[in-house]
Amino acid sequence: MSSSTSLTPLEISKWDGGERPMNASYGKLMMWFFLVSDAFTFASLLIAYGVVRYMHPAYEGAYSKFEFATSSDDFYWPIPEKVFNAFPGLHGMDIPLGFVGLMTFILILSSVTMVLAVEAGERKSQKEVEKWMLWTVVGGITFLGCQAWEWSHFIHGSAEGVVRDGVRIFGANLHVNEYGPQLFANFFFFITGFHGVHVTSGVIINIVIFYNVVMGTYEKRGSYEMIEKGGLYWHFVDLVWVFVFTFFYLI
Amino acid sequence: MAHFDASMTPEEIKKAKMKTVMKVTAILAAVTIVEFIFAFAWPDGSSRTILNILFLGLTFLKAGYIIMEFMHLGHETFLLKFVILFPLLFLVWLCVALFVEGQAILDAFLNW
Repeated sequence: MSSSTSLTPLEISKWDGGERPMNASYGKLMMWFFLVSDAFTFASLLIAYGVVRYMHPAYEGAYSKFEFATSSDDFYWPIPEKVFNAFPGLHGMDIPLGFVGLMTFILILSSVTMVLAVEAGERKSQKEVEKWMLWTVVGGITFLGCQAWEWSHFIHGSAEGVVRDGVRIFGANLHVNEYGPQLFANFFFFITGFHGVHVTSGVIINIVIFYNVVMGTYEKRGSYEMIEKGGLYWHFVDLVWVFVFTFFYLI
Repeated sequence: MAHFDASMTPEEIKKAKMKTVMKVTAILAAVTIVEFIFAFAWPDGSSRTILNILFLGLTFLKAGYIIMEFMHLGHETFLLKFVILFPLLFLVWLCVALFVEGQAILDAFLNW
Protein backbone atom coordinates (compact mmCIF):
# COMPACT_ATOMS: atom_id res chain seq x y z
CA MET A 1 0.00 0.00 0.00
CA SER A 2 1.20 3.39 -0.78
CA SER A 3 2.05 5.42 2.25
CA SER A 4 1.08 8.70 0.70
CA THR A 5 -2.32 10.10 1.40
CA SER A 6 -3.83 13.19 -0.05
CA LEU A 7 -5.35 15.56 2.45
CA THR A 8 -8.22 17.82 1.64
CA PRO A 9 -8.02 20.84 3.90
CA LEU A 10 -10.66 20.71 6.59
CA GLU A 11 -13.26 23.43 6.55
CA ILE A 12 -13.11 24.89 10.01
CA SER A 13 -15.82 27.22 11.12
CA LYS A 14 -15.71 29.25 14.28
CA TRP A 15 -18.34 26.92 15.74
CA ASP A 16 -15.91 23.97 15.73
CA GLY A 17 -14.39 24.89 19.06
CA GLY A 18 -11.37 26.80 20.22
CA GLU A 19 -13.02 30.10 19.44
CA ARG A 20 -15.76 32.23 20.95
CA PRO A 21 -18.35 32.55 18.19
CA MET A 22 -20.12 35.40 19.98
CA ASN A 23 -16.91 37.04 21.09
CA ALA A 24 -18.05 36.92 24.70
CA SER A 25 -16.85 34.74 27.55
CA TYR A 26 -18.90 31.85 28.93
CA GLY A 27 -19.81 33.71 32.10
CA LYS A 28 -21.03 36.79 30.28
CA LEU A 29 -23.10 34.75 27.83
CA MET A 30 -24.77 32.82 30.62
CA MET A 31 -25.52 36.07 32.45
CA TRP A 32 -27.14 37.42 29.26
CA PHE A 33 -29.27 34.30 28.84
CA PHE A 34 -30.36 34.48 32.46
CA LEU A 35 -31.30 38.12 31.98
CA VAL A 36 -33.43 37.26 28.94
CA SER A 37 -35.36 34.71 31.01
CA ASP A 38 -35.69 37.21 33.85
CA ALA A 39 -36.93 39.81 31.37
CA PHE A 40 -39.72 37.41 30.42
CA THR A 41 -40.66 36.98 34.08
CA PHE A 42 -40.91 40.71 34.65
CA ALA A 43 -42.68 41.22 31.34
CA SER A 44 -45.32 38.65 32.24
CA LEU A 45 -45.91 40.40 35.57
CA LEU A 46 -46.30 43.79 33.93
CA ILE A 47 -48.49 42.40 31.14
CA ALA A 48 -50.68 40.65 33.75
CA TYR A 49 -51.05 44.06 35.41
CA GLY A 50 -52.12 45.48 32.05
CA VAL A 51 -54.72 42.75 31.52
CA VAL A 52 -56.25 43.28 34.94
CA ARG A 53 -56.30 47.02 34.38
CA TYR A 54 -58.19 46.49 31.12
CA MET A 55 -60.61 44.29 33.05
CA HIS A 56 -61.60 47.21 35.29
CA PRO A 57 -63.42 50.38 34.30
CA ALA A 58 -61.20 53.43 33.80
CA TYR A 59 -61.71 56.74 35.60
CA GLU A 60 -63.76 58.97 33.27
CA GLY A 61 -63.62 62.44 34.85
CA ALA A 62 -61.04 65.21 34.80
CA TYR A 63 -57.67 64.08 36.15
CA SER A 64 -57.21 67.09 38.42
CA LYS A 65 -60.50 66.28 40.19
CA PHE A 66 -59.68 62.60 40.71
CA GLU A 67 -60.83 60.91 43.88
CA PHE A 68 -60.57 57.27 44.88
CA ALA A 69 -63.60 55.11 44.06
CA THR A 70 -66.26 55.44 46.79
CA SER A 71 -68.62 52.71 45.61
CA SER A 72 -68.01 49.15 44.52
CA ASP A 73 -70.71 49.69 41.86
CA ASP A 74 -68.34 52.01 40.01
CA PHE A 75 -65.05 50.48 41.06
CA TYR A 76 -62.67 52.23 38.69
CA TRP A 77 -58.89 51.78 38.61
CA PRO A 78 -56.95 54.52 40.46
CA ILE A 79 -54.66 56.96 38.68
CA PRO A 80 -51.20 56.00 40.00
CA GLU A 81 -49.91 59.56 40.17
CA LYS A 82 -52.71 60.33 42.67
CA VAL A 83 -51.71 57.35 44.79
CA PHE A 84 -47.97 58.00 44.85
CA ASN A 85 -47.97 61.74 45.51
CA ALA A 86 -46.33 61.96 48.93
CA PHE A 87 -42.77 62.99 49.71
CA PRO A 88 -40.93 62.35 53.00
CA GLY A 89 -40.88 65.48 55.14
CA LEU A 90 -43.47 67.30 53.04
CA HIS A 91 -46.63 66.13 54.74
CA GLY A 92 -49.95 66.84 53.06
CA MET A 93 -48.47 68.22 49.84
CA ASP A 94 -49.51 66.84 46.45
CA ILE A 95 -46.31 65.99 44.58
CA PRO A 96 -47.32 63.39 41.99
CA LEU A 97 -44.51 60.89 41.42
CA GLY A 98 -41.93 63.19 43.01
CA PHE A 99 -40.51 60.52 45.28
CA VAL A 100 -40.66 57.78 42.61
CA GLY A 101 -38.85 60.12 40.22
CA LEU A 102 -36.13 60.58 42.83
CA MET A 103 -35.86 56.80 43.29
CA THR A 104 -35.53 56.35 39.53
CA PHE A 105 -32.78 58.92 39.49
CA ILE A 106 -30.91 57.23 42.38
CA LEU A 107 -31.00 53.88 40.60
CA ILE A 108 -29.80 55.40 37.31
CA LEU A 109 -26.93 57.09 39.17
CA SER A 110 -25.90 53.80 40.78
CA SER A 111 -25.95 52.28 37.30
CA VAL A 112 -23.58 55.04 36.18
CA THR A 113 -21.15 54.35 39.03
CA MET A 114 -21.29 50.67 38.00
CA VAL A 115 -20.27 51.61 34.45
CA LEU A 116 -17.36 53.57 35.93
CA ALA A 117 -16.37 50.53 38.04
CA VAL A 118 -16.36 48.33 34.91
CA GLU A 119 -14.30 50.93 33.07
CA ALA A 120 -11.79 51.10 35.94
CA GLY A 121 -11.69 47.29 36.00
CA GLU A 122 -10.67 47.19 32.36
CA ARG A 123 -7.67 49.31 33.30
CA LYS A 124 -7.05 47.01 36.33
CA SER A 125 -7.09 50.02 38.61
CA GLN A 126 -7.94 48.38 41.92
CA LYS A 127 -8.37 51.58 43.95
CA GLU A 128 -10.83 53.11 41.48
CA VAL A 129 -12.86 49.89 41.23
CA GLU A 130 -13.12 49.86 45.02
CA LYS A 131 -14.38 53.43 45.06
CA TRP A 132 -17.01 53.00 42.35
CA MET A 133 -18.24 49.63 43.64
CA LEU A 134 -18.75 51.19 47.05
CA TRP A 135 -20.79 54.04 45.53
CA THR A 136 -22.87 51.49 43.61
CA VAL A 137 -23.63 49.60 46.84
CA VAL A 138 -24.55 52.88 48.56
CA GLY A 139 -26.90 53.76 45.68
CA GLY A 140 -28.57 50.35 45.85
CA ILE A 141 -29.11 50.55 49.61
CA THR A 142 -30.48 54.11 49.30
CA PHE A 143 -32.95 52.90 46.71
CA LEU A 144 -34.07 50.06 48.99
CA GLY A 145 -34.55 52.51 51.84
CA CYS A 146 -36.71 54.71 49.61
CA GLN A 147 -38.76 51.69 48.62
CA ALA A 148 -39.29 50.77 52.27
CA TRP A 149 -40.62 54.27 52.91
CA GLU A 150 -42.89 54.05 49.89
CA TRP A 151 -44.30 50.68 50.98
CA SER A 152 -44.86 51.98 54.49
CA HIS A 153 -46.73 55.01 53.15
CA PHE A 154 -48.79 52.85 50.79
CA ILE A 155 -49.73 50.44 53.60
CA HIS A 156 -50.66 53.14 56.12
CA GLY A 157 -52.45 55.35 53.60
CA SER A 158 -53.85 58.81 54.11
CA ALA A 159 -54.88 60.17 57.53
CA GLU A 160 -58.55 60.52 56.62
CA GLY A 161 -58.83 57.30 54.58
CA VAL A 162 -61.59 56.72 52.03
CA VAL A 163 -65.24 55.89 52.72
CA ARG A 164 -66.39 53.16 50.37
CA ASP A 165 -69.86 51.58 50.61
CA GLY A 166 -70.19 53.20 54.04
CA VAL A 167 -66.95 51.74 55.41
CA ARG A 168 -63.92 53.89 56.11
CA ILE A 169 -60.76 52.26 54.75
CA PHE A 170 -57.20 53.27 55.59
CA GLY A 171 -54.19 52.32 53.49
CA ALA A 172 -53.83 48.93 51.93
CA ASN A 173 -53.30 45.27 52.69
CA LEU A 174 -53.94 42.11 50.70
CA HIS A 175 -57.69 42.13 51.49
CA VAL A 176 -58.76 45.73 51.17
CA ASN A 177 -57.29 49.07 50.11
CA GLU A 178 -58.45 52.67 49.93
CA TYR A 179 -57.06 53.30 46.46
CA GLY A 180 -59.40 51.16 44.35
CA PRO A 181 -59.79 47.57 43.17
CA GLN A 182 -57.96 45.08 45.37
CA LEU A 183 -55.76 43.81 42.56
CA PHE A 184 -54.17 47.25 42.27
CA ALA A 185 -52.62 46.91 45.72
CA ASN A 186 -51.75 43.26 45.18
CA PHE A 187 -49.92 44.04 41.95
CA PHE A 188 -48.13 46.93 43.63
CA PHE A 189 -46.85 44.62 46.36
CA PHE A 190 -45.90 41.86 43.96
CA ILE A 191 -44.24 43.84 41.16
CA THR A 192 -42.31 46.37 43.25
CA GLY A 193 -41.59 43.62 45.77
CA PHE A 194 -40.19 41.29 43.14
CA HIS A 195 -38.08 44.14 41.80
CA GLY A 196 -36.97 44.96 45.35
CA VAL A 197 -35.82 41.36 45.81
CA HIS A 198 -33.73 41.73 42.66
CA VAL A 199 -32.20 44.96 43.98
CA THR A 200 -31.46 43.24 47.30
CA SER A 201 -29.70 40.32 45.64
CA GLY A 202 -27.89 42.79 43.37
CA VAL A 203 -26.63 44.70 46.41
CA ILE A 204 -25.44 41.43 47.99
CA ILE A 205 -23.64 40.46 44.76
CA ASN A 206 -22.07 43.92 44.61
CA ILE A 207 -20.91 43.66 48.23
CA VAL A 208 -19.31 40.27 47.52
CA ILE A 209 -17.58 41.71 44.44
CA PHE A 210 -16.45 44.75 46.46
CA TYR A 211 -15.02 42.41 49.12
CA ASN A 212 -13.14 40.44 46.46
CA VAL A 213 -11.76 43.62 44.92
CA VAL A 214 -10.49 44.80 48.31
CA MET A 215 -8.97 41.37 49.03
CA GLY A 216 -7.19 41.48 45.66
CA THR A 217 -8.89 38.32 44.32
CA TYR A 218 -9.30 39.75 40.83
CA GLU A 219 -5.83 41.28 40.95
CA LYS A 220 -4.41 37.76 41.51
CA ARG A 221 -6.71 36.31 38.85
CA GLY A 222 -5.45 38.92 36.41
CA SER A 223 -8.95 39.81 35.22
CA TYR A 224 -11.70 42.05 36.49
CA GLU A 225 -14.35 40.40 34.34
CA MET A 226 -16.51 39.61 37.38
CA ILE A 227 -17.28 43.34 37.62
CA GLU A 228 -18.71 43.18 34.10
CA LYS A 229 -20.94 40.21 34.96
CA GLY A 230 -22.17 41.79 38.16
CA GLY A 231 -22.59 45.02 36.20
CA LEU A 232 -24.82 43.33 33.62
CA TYR A 233 -27.13 42.17 36.41
CA TRP A 234 -27.13 45.57 38.09
CA HIS A 235 -27.96 47.40 34.84
CA PHE A 236 -30.74 44.92 34.22
CA VAL A 237 -32.28 45.78 37.60
CA ASP A 238 -32.13 49.44 36.59
CA LEU A 239 -33.65 48.59 33.20
CA VAL A 240 -36.57 46.77 34.82
CA TRP A 241 -37.19 49.76 37.07
CA VAL A 242 -37.42 52.01 33.99
CA PHE A 243 -40.27 49.79 32.75
CA VAL A 244 -41.95 49.51 36.16
CA PHE A 245 -41.77 53.30 36.46
CA THR A 246 -43.58 53.75 33.16
CA PHE A 247 -46.14 50.97 33.31
CA PHE A 248 -46.99 51.08 36.99
CA TYR A 249 -46.52 54.73 37.92
CA LEU A 250 -46.85 56.87 34.79
CA ILE A 251 -49.54 55.31 32.61
CA MET B 1 -18.02 52.46 23.91
CA ALA B 2 -17.09 55.58 22.04
CA HIS B 3 -14.87 55.58 19.01
CA PHE B 4 -11.41 54.47 19.92
CA ASP B 5 -8.80 52.19 18.40
CA ALA B 6 -5.42 50.66 19.16
CA SER B 7 -3.57 53.81 18.19
CA MET B 8 -4.99 55.67 21.16
CA THR B 9 -3.27 55.87 24.53
CA PRO B 10 -5.07 54.42 27.57
CA GLU B 11 -5.63 57.98 28.77
CA GLU B 12 -7.38 58.91 25.52
CA ILE B 13 -9.51 55.76 25.59
CA LYS B 14 -10.58 56.57 29.13
CA LYS B 15 -11.51 60.09 28.08
CA ALA B 16 -13.57 58.85 25.13
CA LYS B 17 -15.41 56.34 27.33
CA MET B 18 -16.11 58.94 30.02
CA LYS B 19 -17.56 61.22 27.38
CA THR B 20 -20.05 58.52 26.32
CA VAL B 21 -20.93 57.71 29.94
CA MET B 22 -21.61 61.38 30.71
CA LYS B 23 -23.67 61.79 27.54
CA VAL B 24 -25.85 58.76 28.30
CA THR B 25 -26.28 59.84 31.93
CA ALA B 26 -27.40 63.29 30.81
CA ILE B 27 -29.90 61.78 28.34
CA LEU B 28 -31.36 59.39 30.94
CA ALA B 29 -31.71 62.16 33.51
CA ALA B 30 -33.26 64.55 30.99
CA VAL B 31 -35.79 61.97 29.78
CA THR B 32 -36.82 61.14 33.37
CA ILE B 33 -37.33 64.83 34.11
CA VAL B 34 -39.38 65.26 30.92
CA GLU B 35 -41.58 62.29 31.88
CA PHE B 36 -42.05 63.75 35.34
CA ILE B 37 -43.08 67.15 33.93
CA PHE B 38 -45.54 65.50 31.54
CA ALA B 39 -47.15 63.56 34.40
CA PHE B 40 -47.29 66.72 36.50
CA ALA B 41 -48.55 69.22 33.95
CA TRP B 42 -50.56 67.36 31.31
CA PRO B 43 -53.79 69.40 30.91
CA ASP B 44 -57.13 67.76 31.79
CA GLY B 45 -58.70 68.03 28.35
CA SER B 46 -55.76 66.61 26.37
CA SER B 47 -55.69 63.07 25.12
CA ARG B 48 -54.27 60.54 27.57
CA THR B 49 -53.62 58.21 24.65
CA ILE B 50 -51.12 60.64 23.15
CA LEU B 51 -49.48 61.04 26.55
CA ASN B 52 -49.22 57.28 27.00
CA ILE B 53 -47.66 56.87 23.56
CA LEU B 54 -45.17 59.59 24.51
CA PHE B 55 -44.34 57.77 27.75
CA LEU B 56 -43.91 54.52 25.84
CA GLY B 57 -41.54 56.12 23.33
CA LEU B 58 -39.45 57.78 26.06
CA THR B 59 -39.26 54.48 27.98
CA PHE B 60 -37.92 52.61 24.98
CA LEU B 61 -35.44 55.43 24.39
CA LYS B 62 -34.15 55.06 27.96
CA ALA B 63 -34.15 51.25 27.72
CA GLY B 64 -32.21 51.44 24.44
CA TYR B 65 -29.48 53.60 25.94
CA ILE B 66 -29.18 51.38 29.03
CA ILE B 67 -29.00 48.15 26.99
CA MET B 68 -26.80 49.40 24.18
CA GLU B 69 -24.32 51.59 26.13
CA PHE B 70 -24.40 50.62 29.82
CA MET B 71 -24.83 46.90 29.15
CA HIS B 72 -22.55 47.26 26.16
CA LEU B 73 -24.79 45.19 23.86
CA GLY B 74 -24.45 47.77 21.08
CA HIS B 75 -20.76 46.88 20.82
CA GLU B 76 -21.15 43.09 20.80
CA THR B 77 -21.33 40.89 17.69
CA PHE B 78 -24.48 40.91 15.59
CA LEU B 79 -25.17 37.32 16.59
CA LEU B 80 -25.21 38.11 20.32
CA LYS B 81 -27.48 41.11 19.77
CA PHE B 82 -29.84 38.95 17.74
CA VAL B 83 -29.92 36.11 20.28
CA ILE B 84 -30.75 38.50 23.12
CA LEU B 85 -33.18 40.87 21.43
CA PHE B 86 -35.11 38.66 19.00
CA PRO B 87 -36.91 36.51 21.63
CA LEU B 88 -38.25 39.66 23.24
CA LEU B 89 -40.34 40.27 20.12
CA PHE B 90 -42.69 37.52 21.27
CA LEU B 91 -43.76 39.83 24.09
CA VAL B 92 -45.38 42.15 21.55
CA TRP B 93 -47.89 39.47 20.67
CA LEU B 94 -48.42 38.58 24.33
CA CYS B 95 -49.38 42.22 24.97
CA VAL B 96 -51.78 42.41 22.05
CA ALA B 97 -53.46 39.08 22.77
CA LEU B 98 -53.92 39.59 26.49
CA PHE B 99 -54.99 43.24 26.39
CA VAL B 100 -57.73 42.39 23.89
CA GLU B 101 -58.76 39.57 26.21
CA GLY B 102 -58.86 41.94 29.20
CA GLN B 103 -61.15 44.36 27.39
CA ALA B 104 -63.42 41.49 26.34
CA ILE B 105 -63.71 40.36 29.98
CA LEU B 106 -64.67 43.87 31.10
CA ASP B 107 -67.20 44.04 28.28
CA ALA B 108 -68.66 40.71 29.40
CA PHE B 109 -68.92 41.94 33.01
CA LEU B 110 -70.69 45.14 32.05
CA ASN B 111 -73.05 43.99 29.29
CA TRP B 112 -74.22 40.48 30.14
